[in-house]
Order: sequence, then structure tokens, then C-alpha cells
Amino acid sequence: MKKTPIYESHLALGGKIIDFGGWALPVQYSSILKEHHGVRTGAGLFDVSHMGEILVEGDGAGEYIQKIVTNDISNMVQGRIVYSPMCYRNGGTVDDLLIYKLEEEKYLLVVNASNTQKDYQWLKENCHNDNLLIEDVSKSYGLLAIQGPTSQKILQMLTSIPLDDIGFFRFVEGVEVGGVKGLVSRTGYTGEDGFELYVPSHHARELWDKILDIGADEGLIPAGLGARDTLRFEVALPLYGQELSPEISPLEAGLKPFVKLNKPNFIGKEALAKQAEEGLKRKLIGFEMIDRGMARTGYKIKIGGKEIGFVTSGGLAPTLKKNLGLALVDADYSNIDTEIFIEMRGRLLKAKIVDRPFYVKQYTK
Amino acid sequence: MKVLDELKYAQGHEWVRVEGNKAYIGITDFAQDELGDIVFMELPELESQVDVDDILGTVESVKAASDIYAPVSGRVVEVNDELEVSPELINEDPYEAWIAVIEMGDIGELDDLMDAQEYEKFCEEEA
Repeated sequence: MKKTPIYESHLALGGKIIDFGGWALPVQYSSILKEHHGVRTGAGLFDVSHMGEILVEGDGAGEYIQKIVTNDISNMVQGRIVYSPMCYRNGGTVDDLLIYKLEEEKYLLVVNASNTQKDYQWLKENCHNDNLLIEDVSKSYGLLAIQGPTSQKILQMLTSIPLDDIGFFRFVEGVEVGGVKGLVSRTGYTGEDGFELYVPSHHARELWDKILDIGADEGLIPAGLGARDTLRFEVALPLYGQELSPEISPLEAGLKPFVKLNKPNFIGKEALAKQAEEGLKRKLIGFEMIDRGMARTGYKIKIGGKEIGFVTSGGLAPTLKKNLGLALVDADYSNIDTEIFIEMRGRLLKAKIVDRPFYVKQYTK
Repeated sequence: MKVLDELKYAQGHEWVRVEGNKAYIGITDFAQDELGDIVFMELPELESQVDVDDILGTVESVKAASDIYAPVSGRVVEVNDELEVSPELINEDPYEAWIAVIEMGDIGELDDLMDAQEYEKFCEEEA
């Protein structure tokens, strides 16, 4: 298994290591629930160094990215971040990613760990501009995420730049945090305020230890992949491989605001425009269990004996203390309050469709 | 990992406490630790008849569902309803949080289970 630069600290902290798509990462240190609540009420520190980073640089970089992602980056200024799906020609999803505009013709694409190679190939394959440098720079970055309402207070103790000035989905480069120079962005995957720190990989562990040390008095705890998943699930953020895949389009996944069909051409536009025009056949919905039971990824959904879809993510929403799920269902059965049945171990358990997200962000940044 | 000397153990990480012809069944400390936070418990039906290795119930942690298998055969004469409301009791004290009581038909089946020492070794090999 591949190890992140922080691996030794995970062991020292008693992290329970699992194989996460080929990466040895902690699923938890103490308990997923404790870490989940810790992030909602205080702050948690995550090692997300496994994420992929791809640099795109050179004349025409912006124009090229504009053609390969579904969101519109034409009005982006330096220091901004845009979230976007990236699609195949048939509308299926290659990946969902963050685009950082570092300079006028220089962008950093942050992609899902397990998709890094695939994305890199796709980007190369669809680049017809010899001036562009497309480089997988994942190995040179360590990535830490500090998430939760007290994140800013903790991080501010380690840096002189006014963090309050960094807005949501903005970043500053060349910032010193705890003596380590890197990129600080106000982003995350938890539904809480927080920051992500991109630092040279050989300084990542040192910074991890420093942040945990200084944050301990403020209730900062290390948090694992388990809590990362329950936190993102509760705010219904899509997870590639579950809510998005080569077989699921971003429109089906409810990501219409990030698919700009009025943009001149981009890969997948034709297929996506057709889906939008004809009306979606499937839609992502949120549901709440009525019967006792926990829905898990892959469970079938039925109405009147007819299979209408499947669960993409499910389980306990720890903050809300409810058993919830996300599912991709036949659009005819996607209205709020529709009663659906989840097939669990041979039984059909009742649930009803509810609004997403389940947990609403409590911060304003 | 805690293992109690007076209990019997099955390969599915269930423990058995014998009282006369009654077998109290739960899951071991090793099992609860592997599962992590337990958030849901599906109990067997009262008065149901189970054979060895039949599914007795399902315990679900935040991450995954895991079936519990009957280590002995017999009739389910009691279930621990408290676990439906507070499944975390299994994490807190796995040897107190019994799941069900089986009235055994054949006490001889207990011989097929592991004692504490054997179970400890079994866990070491599995880890």
C-alpha cells in the first residue's frame, strides 16, 4: 500500500489503518462518531495527502480547461477555486475536481486519489495544444484539512496572514503556516468552515504534528476517513464512485449548477444538453428510513415490486441521529415525500424521500 | 483485547455464557473493536428456532453491517431489547451486552466452541 508523508504520525496516534484504494490511511483514531461530532462542534485534522494534484500550465491553459470541464472558469481570477465535474462524451463522469487558478495561465487541478492516473491520461489525451504542460505533481504535495468551527482560530495561531480575509473557495499561495510555506484555501468536504493546506510533502508531517499540538488546547482532534465520509454524507456532497461514476452524469447527480450548458463547446456537452432537453430519466434523491434499518451502498430500491433504483450512500447521519440515504432513482418516483422501499437482506423496508442536504451548513464564510 | 475465561467462543467472534441449558450470546471485545461504533442492532425473533450458523441477528457499525451467527442450536427465549435503543452498549461492555438467549437442545454442541485460550490464539492469527 502507498503511504502518505504523515503515515508514521497516524501510527503513533493509534490510527486504525485500512486500505483505501491502495492507500494506507486511518479510518479512525478513537471513534468515527467522536471524530464526526468533534468536527461539527470544534475542529478535526484530516490527512488528505492521497488526493491527486495535476498542474496545467502554458498559453491557452484556461481555454483548454474550459473545454474539458462542465463548469465555467472563464471569469475566474487568480486566487479563486471552482468546483467542477469532468465528463466523457456520453455525459458520464470522469471525475469531480477543484480547479485552483494559480496564475493567468497556470491552474492546479485537485482530483480524487483513485482517479489521478485516469484523469491525467484523459487530460493528456484531450489536449491538442503543444504549449501546455500537464503534469501529475501529486507526489510533491502533502495535503492537510482542518475542518470545524474553531479551525480558523487554531490555524491563526500558526500564521501571521489574516485568515479571516480568505473567503469561501478562495486561496492564498506562498503563505507560511507553522514555519512551512504552502497554499492555504478555505475549502473542505465536511459542511463545516475550514481550510486545506497544500505543503511540500517532506514538510507535511512536521506541520501535522505542529497543528495537532497547538490545537489540542482548543479541542482539535485527528480525524479519519470514516468521519470524513459521514460528514460529507450528512451534507449530501457527492462521492465519486458512489454518487458519480462513468455511468452517472452530473445532471443525474443533481449537480446542474456546475454544468454550464450555455458555455460554447465542452466535452460531454451534447449528451448532457440532450439529457436536460429530454428530461432526466434518473435523479439523485435523499431519503429517510421510516422502518428500522440502515440502507447501504448498492441496496435496491423498489416500489410495488418494481425496481426503481439503488442506494448510492447510506447509514447513520450522526449529527441528526437519523438513518438516511442517497439514491439514484427513476425520475418518475423522485418527488419529496414519495414512499420507497429498500431491499435489505431479503426484506423490504419503508423509507420516504426527503430534501437534501440533510444537515445545513451553519457558517457564512 | 479482553477475553473472559468463563466464556466459550465461536469463529464468528460470538461469545457464549452457559447457564444450565441456556446460552447467552453476544459478540466479543475483538469483534466490537473491529466494527467500531455500533449504531444499529437487529435482534432475532423471540421463540424462533435456530440451527448452528444460522443468522441470529445483524449488528451495524457506522461503516458496515455484520451478521451474527448462532453458535449453538435451539429456541430463542429472550432478546435484549435495550440494544435496539442503545446499540453502543456493545462497544462499552461487550461481555455484559448479551444479544439473545438460546435454550439449547444439545449441550454437546458447546464442545465444538473454543475456550478463552484457543480464542485468543484464533484472534492473533486473524489479526
